[in-house]
Amino acid sequence: MIYLDNAATTKVAEDVFAAMKPYFCEQYANPSAIYTFAGKAMKAVDAARKSVAELIGAQANEIYFTAGGSESDNWAVKAAAETYKAKGKHIITSTIEHHAVLHTCQYLEKQGYEVTYVNVDEHGVVKLDELAAAVREDTVLISIMAANNEIGTIQPLKEIGEIARKNGILFHTDAVQAYGHIPLNVDALGIDMLSASGHKMHGPKGIGLLFIRKGVRIGAYMHGGAQERSRRAGTLNTPGIVGMGAAACLAASNLGENMKKVAAIRDYLIRRVLEEIPYSRLNGHPVDRLPGNASFCFRFIEGESLLILLDQKGICASSGSACTSGSLDPSHVLLAIGLPHETAHGSLRLSLSEETTKEEIDFTVEELKKIVERLRSISPLYEDFCRNQEG
Amino acid sequence: MYSEKVMDHFNNPRNVGEIANPSGVGTVGNAKCGDIMRMYLEIDDDGIIKDVKFKTFGCGAAVATSSMATELVKGKNIQQALEVTNKAVMDALDGLPPVKVHCSLLAEEAIHAALWDYAEKNGIVIEGLEKPAADIEEKIAEEY
Repeated sequence: MIYLDNAATTKVAEDVFAAMKPYFCEQYANPSAIYTFAGKAMKAVDAARKSVAELIGAQANEIYFTAGGSESDNWAVKAAAETYKAKGKHIITSTIEHHAVLHTCQYLEKQGYEVTYVNVDEHGVVKLDELAAAVREDTVLISIMAANNEIGTIQPLKEIGEIARKNGILFHTDAVQAYGHIPLNVDALGIDMLSASGHKMHGPKGIGLLFIRKGVRIGAYMHGGAQERSRRAGTLNTPGIVGMGAAACLAASNLGENMKKVAAIRDYLIRRVLEEIPYSRLNGHPVDRLPGNASFCFRFIEGESLLILLDQKGICASSGSACTSGSLDPSHVLLAIGLPHETAHGSLRLSLSEETTKEEIDFTVEELKKIVERLRSISPLYEDFCRNQEG
Repeated sequence: MYSEKVMDHFNNPRNVGEIANPSGVGTVGNAKCGDIMRMYLEIDDDGIIKDVKFKTFGCGAAVATSSMATELVKGKNIQQALEVTNKAVMDALDGLPPVKVHCSLLAEEAIHAALWDYAEKNGIVIEGLEKPAADIEEKIAEEY
């Protein structure tokens, strides 16, 4: 098997799993309990909190553990809207956010909030002039992702942070794809809230965090307990927290090296695909993109067919085609960067990890070439295209 | 997610290709929603479908339903071909996931579109055949 869907989820690192293990059957105490037995678990939680905070230049007491990225996004956006509604009911986000933010914004619109969806350029970079122009007296939150999950484009967070700060608006970023993959510093970037997820960076599933800058007063999302400074109720997920902490340590120790290594193989993949497969294109920014992300469109073919045939060769990948989303529309991200529907339907996302080898990429490209050719041979769009080329 | 038959027809589609100077050809669907099917028919003087070919842009189910539709109409007369409904195509494939039912409708529409073209070319009326949805050829020509 060749696993090229690391943007969907990653393998739990061996070291991470080893760190988690004692907290299932041995140190299983509820960390919030008073007895000595619970002390070890709480100590491990504290250490993990410090590790996940350090990765983004935050303080441990600014970290709130959640069940994952979607919960963090929901919390940040809904609670900010709720807490500051006396000041205003306007939110700014972008057209290419993850659905955890987009659908939350749509929910808030139904509750009487107004949302401005800022456009992106052809590389998927948020248009800063549009963002600045969208700011109003009653704007209470700007939520822009750190890096896009489909096309990998990294957003100009520093510039966005400056716009937010200058206007006294909270800045939240969904960093689920970026956390542990590229350097992020909440102070340097002016970030007030940041969502991250464990399983996207070799940690376990079911654990995430929301960074809330000290002094930012947003309410609780989950009610029913004093955990997480009374802001997020629920028994602490000790193994998950410890796992995310271990994954953060791992990421911190190898970040620069990993980025270089993964990006080199990713660039090799991109070069081969664009050179060897006609009528293909790279989606997202050519340079400012996540090290592991390669997103393509192949004209005249459809993404789900592509995925099934890749799967038959043991290659795990994903696509933003309508068929993979269960709707008739292709990915909102691919449409937002200006691709026509038919091109967007033929998308393929290959997301690499530190373990991806050149040999795996070579095999994948060879198979991909055959598959694209095969699907084009049965495509009426390609037939018409060839006919028009001829005469 | 897909039945074995769907996977078989996707992996080994029957009757893929084109027919030069077909008796009738129809293209249905649109690139916007991600499925386009084109069906070619060769119909002899006795009104028997002697040959049928298809090309499809779309998901696994779209390819499989077009392939199955060609099998179901091959060797049949026009009236029998009209009886190949989307349900017949789905049944022959041992069912489709709910979100893919529209693919089987498209397969039925492709047969109808090809028959409509045949009727128009020959100045005949096929009883029970209604004009299928607008052809998308124009749209494709515009965009490429």
